[in-house]
Amino acid sequence: MERVAIIGASMTQFGHREGEWITDLLAAAGSDCLEDAGVDASDVEHLYVSNMTSGEFEGQTGVMNALVHDIGAIPAYTQRVDQTSASGGAGIYAAWQSIESGASDMTLLVGGEKMTHRSTAETTDIIASVTHPVEYNAGVTLPSFAGLTARHYLERFDAPRESLGKVAVKNHKNGVDNPHAQFRKEVDLETVLESPIVADPLRLYDFCPITDGSAALLFCPESVAREYTDDYAVVTGVDGATDTQVVHERADPTVMDGVVESGNGAYEMSGLAPADIDVAELHDMFTILEFLQMEGLGFAEQGEAWKRVEDGDTERDTGELPTNTSGGLKSKGHPLGASGVAQGVEIYEQLVGEAGPRQVDADAGLCCNVGGFGNCVITTIMEAAR
Amino acid sequence: MTMEATRYDDGSITYPGHPRGPGGSEPVETIDLSEYTAEIVTWTTSTATPPGVREPNHLAIVEFDVEGESVRAIGQLTTGDVETGDEVRPVYVDELRDPGAGIREPESQAWDGYRFEPV
Amino acid sequence: MTMEATRYDDGTITYPGHPRGPDGAEPVETIDLSEYTAEVVTWTTSTATPPGVREPNHLAIVEFDVSEASDDASSSRTQSGDDGASVRAIGQLTTGDVETGDEVRPVYVDELREPGAGIREPESQAWDGYRFEPL
Repeated sequence: MERVAIIGASMTQFGHREGEWITDLLAAAGSDCLEDAGVDASDVEHLYVSNMTSGEFEGQTGVMNALVHDIGAIPAYTQRVDQTSASGGAGIYAAWQSIESGASDMTLLVGGEKMTHRSTAETTDIIASVTHPVEYNAGVTLPSFAGLTARHYLERFDAPRESLGKVAVKNHKNGVDNPHAQFRKEVDLETVLESPIVADPLRLYDFCPITDGSAALLFCPESVAREYTDDYAVVTGVDGATDTQVVHERADPTVMDGVVESGNGAYEMSGLAPADIDVAELHDMFTILEFLQMEGLGFAEQGEAWKRVEDGDTERDTGELPTNTSGGLKSKGHPLGASGVAQGVEIYEQLVGEAGPRQVDADAGLCCNVGGFGNCVITTIMEAAR
Repeated sequence: MTMEATRYDDGSITYPGHPRGPGGSEPVETIDLSEYTAEIVTWTTSTATPPGVREPNHLAIVEFDVEGESVRAIGQLTTGDVETGDEVRPVYVDELRDPGAGIREPESQAWDGYRFEPV
Repeated sequence: MTMEATRYDDGTITYPGHPRGPDGAEPVETIDLSEYTAEVVTWTTSTATPPGVREPNHLAIVEFDVSEASDDASSSRTQSGDDGASVRAIGQLTTGDVETGDEVRPVYVDELREPGAGIREPESQAWDGYRFEPL
């Protein structure tokens, strides 16, 4: 069986994109990605669009069909992939399946979301609409889940509050070197720990911002990849899994089974172990999520991820496992459907040596994209072709 | 009004109930949690609340012990002055959130329910 | 205000314009269709209209012949032949009293549809435009 290669990547500027709407953002990233790979629009056979909620945000549905028209890729097969915040990772899985199955020899994946035209309260409500009626009725938001889980984690594992703040400090530092990031500004620990409370004990700087943006990846069989380039990445492991919709029904509030299951599946497919991973992009929508994913993916024992962060193991230039070299969702921004694709863009750029000042020495990279509060999770492992 | 949890044929109990339990088990009976007290597992005070939700919104995940089987629930607290481990009881509130203010179709779900009050 | 169509480097013209044309062709120029007349290809009167839309709503697909506009782009036109000179558009009609084949011209209207009434984010698109009026 031929391996599935990635031969191109792109992302738009993430942030507040005044006057640009979902179809504009998707078309920009889509055409840039084809240009990056030197592939013609007419060669695209499948086009997947990762997007959570353009209908609710903008009243624009059918964005996959708008995009296939806007980039001139008709009659390519197209499909919108929604797995809430994990739509991007689910798009990677769908794109991988399309090549692996032989259904397509050239698949373009574009993820995007347009959010900033709505108020913070409205945006929070749209995202919280993933919840069960019992949760929604109580006014539970995704940040509320993060606050509940963070308090439990800190109390149970005797972890210092500062350790969560250090995740934000690290990811902001990495984001300074990402030209597409929403925030390119370092923050110090004191600023994080004294920022306004959003969901006690978590504060403003424990959360990612609200963001417009789009990102894209181009997939093909390895034999086709070699016709275009010697520098490509290969998806060697990918898996998706789910957990309960009702968050408190989980056996252990600090374990995201979807992370564990999808991670195990991706490791098994790739034949790699956690120790083989050289760089990771984790879904740091909230700082606490970086701990939970490190533990779920086997980078740390349960209750001990905070120690690795405190020890500097996840630092970009000096750590054993550089984590969120892109700046993460924290500083890069979180345009829902784009985020999982943008994680893939960072790992791809690291593996083909195009990460510029963010470059680390990596042969294998992992990204973990989390939807809801761990409700749907996709883990992808990529390796350099060379 | 009851605070209805469901017991399934594998013995597990969930709040809220689902058409099927873990592993597809069949529901066998309902249990009214409002007759029990619970212990706070974790709590938060949310200050960035969506349309129709009180601000600040005190929330907790609590654990009930129903004849040896534990069942968790999430809900609003009557106060933010609590600690993990505190004992609470459910008190009825006829509107936890303004039904028409948010994105959810008002007719699609209930808006009354229970808050947890420290005992 | 113009009724802007886009010509691509393969000679094709579309209304509305897109970031890329067929097979990814690059846009090369815009053409203001409001300076042309068109022929009604087909039309309908919609009586079940959504929020913010007039009722009844007379609609037509019309075809413009913009061949003289392509004189200074003849090098790119050669690839597409005669098709490069015609472009279709959809729009409201000023009246339901039309027949297929009628000649119409675009007339500017400052609000074709009430911006806030439908599901579409008002800021995300234009709400003025052109109706087609029989000559």
